[in-house]
Amino acid sequence: MATDTLAVQLSGIEKRFPGVIANHDVNLSVRPGTIHAIVGENGAGKSTLMKTLYGMHQPEAGTIHVFGEHLVFKSPSDAIDAGIGMVHQHFMLADNLTVLENIVLGSEPSSKGVVKFDEARRRLEEIMTQSGTHVDLDVPVSELGVGKRQRVEILKVLFRGARVLILDEPTAVLVPQEVEELFSNLHRLVNDGATIIFISHKLDEVLTVSDDITVIRAGTTVAEVKPNEVTRLKLAELMVGSELPSPHGRTSEIGSKIRLKVDNLTLQGPGEKAQLEDITLDVREGEVLGIAGVEGNGQFELCEAIIGLLRPETGTIVIDDVDVSNASPHERLVGGLSYIPFDRHREGLLLSAPLWENTLLGRDADPEFQKGPFVDTAAAKADSRAIIEQFDVRTPSETVPAYALSGGNQQKMLVGRELSSRPRVLIAAHPTRGVDIGAQAAIWEKLRVARDAGLAVLLISADLEELIGLSDRIVVMFDGRINARLTPAEATPELLGTYMTGGVQEVAS
Amino acid sequence: MSDESVVPSGDSLVERITNPKPPRGRPTWVVTLVSSLAAVGIALVIAGILLAITGKNPFEAYSKMLDAGLQENKLLETVQRATPLMIAAVAVAIGFKMNLFNIGVEGQFLMGMFFAAIAGAAVELPAVLHVTFCLIVAMIAGAAWAGIAGLLKVKKGVNEVIATIMLNAIALSVIDWLFNERFRYETESLDVKTKPLPPTAWLPDLVSNRLSSFIFIALAIVLLFWLVVYKSRFGFRLRASGANAVAARTAGISSNRMIITAMLMSGAVAGLAGMPSLLGDTHAYGPTRPDGYGFNGIAVALLGRNSPIGIIVAALLWGFLDSVAGPLQIAKIPQSIVLVIKAIILLTVVIVNEVVGRRVAKRTADRTAAALELPMAVA
Repeated sequence: MATDTLAVQLSGIEKRFPGVIANHDVNLSVRPGTIHAIVGENGAGKSTLMKTLYGMHQPEAGTIHVFGEHLVFKSPSDAIDAGIGMVHQHFMLADNLTVLENIVLGSEPSSKGVVKFDEARRRLEEIMTQSGTHVDLDVPVSELGVGKRQRVEILKVLFRGARVLILDEPTAVLVPQEVEELFSNLHRLVNDGATIIFISHKLDEVLTVSDDITVIRAGTTVAEVKPNEVTRLKLAELMVGSELPSPHGRTSEIGSKIRLKVDNLTLQGPGEKAQLEDITLDVREGEVLGIAGVEGNGQFELCEAIIGLLRPETGTIVIDDVDVSNASPHERLVGGLSYIPFDRHREGLLLSAPLWENTLLGRDADPEFQKGPFVDTAAAKADSRAIIEQFDVRTPSETVPAYALSGGNQQKMLVGRELSSRPRVLIAAHPTRGVDIGAQAAIWEKLRVARDAGLAVLLISADLEELIGLSDRIVVMFDGRINARLTPAEATPELLGTYMTGGVQEVAS
Repeated sequence: MSDESVVPSGDSLVERITNPKPPRGRPTWVVTLVSSLAAVGIALVIAGILLAITGKNPFEAYSKMLDAGLQENKLLETVQRATPLMIAAVAVAIGFKMNLFNIGVEGQFLMGMFFAAIAGAAVELPAVLHVTFCLIVAMIAGAAWAGIAGLLKVKKGVNEVIATIMLNAIALSVIDWLFNERFRYETESLDVKTKPLPPTAWLPDLVSNRLSSFIFIALAIVLLFWLVVYKSRFGFRLRASGANAVAARTAGISSNRMIITAMLMSGAVAGLAGMPSLLGDTHAYGPTRPDGYGFNGIAVALLGRNSPIGIIVAALLWGFLDSVAGPLQIAKIPQSIVLVIKAIILLTVVIVNEVVGRRVAKRTADRTAAALELPMAVA
């Protein structure tokens, strides 16, 4: 059955963004009537690949075949015409319209400008019986829970005649019972002849639900396996690459002074579930504490709470013996805290502003850059040139706007800015995400030098190599809690993988 | 991938390798000037076509405008009309720099004018002090009115565009009500207005009945705007918040405080826009108040791209167009063509800015990449 016509075949796909190769030599063969999982770490290039398949951007090289036919997708509508449908991770529904209206929106069956809702309803009811999915068509979407909304998204895709469904991290937003329901729905769809591409980094789910698994790592497909051929650990290894460097030797000693101390931090957040629960950790002078965890398990909230942008209900934060729990972000940042944020474009940079303004951001209170009430432009520019030189930012000058730089150079500049404010505590969230290998090595080196000089670093990373290589201790966050504490020596990718997906540490320390 | 938004590449690869230009190029102000002039040119062509369609000779119309506009009295009128527009445009530009769209300059300047008129008439002060007092009252009234929109945004998340539009309507009603109920000054003449300001609060004319000395205050405001917004530390934080509110917040800049401060500053400046008329001309507030400064201020700020020089030039252009409307009417060319020209200029400026902006961004990215990466890749 596999050899005749493949539902989807991608060969040699290459997609570049400035300074980053997001996909390189990606090959994917999806048999019809199967659930095909694509697994990989955050930033491994899964989403880029799916955007290529859905026509959201065009690859630089490579071919796409759908049911044997060579196709070029200029836009998602070409992909929809070819029978490919995408269920996005973030739902794209109009809250105040009913389910029926949402589903037909954009492909309304009509005659003479009048939408034929009756016909749409008939067709939908057929689809619902066939697929075993049921949603009340006449309620507004705003009244539906997350699981039902996802069903609406799936129905929407089926209504457009999709035979190949791409589900981007569909379980990320679901509770366990809903996950089960989703999986049984998916099986029914497949039995009906649909083909499903399932993107995830949750290994257990992938092993349960899929017929084939393609592993993507660092932008390229590295393996295709069957769930019965691999163990969870083997799959984790394939995802992160089994060759992990031994922790880098260090010449300096970890100091005895505790620079950052977080005690019993609990943050309720808007939902029912607490975003952070009873987080306790400390980082000493010259030490790197790594936080492992699948993204979205509270790391972001923890960083924002330490910076002071989120106010936890309980718990204290002490920086250098000063309780800053009630201090403003500005006071904390001036008081020796620095932050390399998760998303440089969103939280770190003023893309349209020149580099020297970017290196000045957050540091204008430094007397060095003040001339009375004015910015000492000359000093700020000189400082920017120094950062550019020290951190090897590839740019012709400090007056170039930030958007003109490649991702790696933007990140080097950002790291340079944060280290140049002479912090005693640095929170580094994904400091090398999405940068090329050269920039990554350079950033690692700078972080090591700063650590050796006494900087306390809280490192959040999805890159296990980075985490194990740089950290002196590692904690794992899952579901807003710290559920494991280990040393880099005992932290194998498999073990980390277990804890990151909710496994329980035997000996709680 | 977070890097998608920046997409260089464009010129041929060969050209980029053989001719890697440094990303200097023309300075941005030249680009701005050329693109703004182009926009005005395009607008004149389109308006000319419209004139031709209605059976008027566009060349004749434009030469009439130039002839009339270049006479001395019209040049003075141009500057006179540009004065409040500069001030209103600065008020709008302060908002724009913080990514706030203050549509409420209209209401804020009327508030400023009204309260300056009644407060100024109620006190007796020596000359210079009296003028200063009126200006301060106007600033406070304008700032307070704009501050409401700022508070609503910070406390309740109300979009400032909606809030300021509503506040415009409310300002008019509040002023009319206060005026009719409380501050109408009874005289025998039919000319109803508030109690006139004593001469100590009058601002002298530079050229009698033609040009008020308020132009110097307007220019000082523009200069101050440049110093505060473009040169000061506060201005840096303001522009950073406007450019990327999340990044500014992450860098410890309180966005709420910036919103409130920007709205207060914008409103304070807006409050002054009615002052040339009040202190230099009418010396009292009456129902024949000036209007449209707020909306024309938005146009001038857009046209001048929020830059100090740009605002001055754009205000003068607007003043010029307003001043030649009369002579056109006399020459039997409908003066509404002036409105049409203004509107088209505005549209073309917005479009040209967008197109040129993208082009410049792409070229900068290209050249940066070309200057750095390709020669090394080739080497």
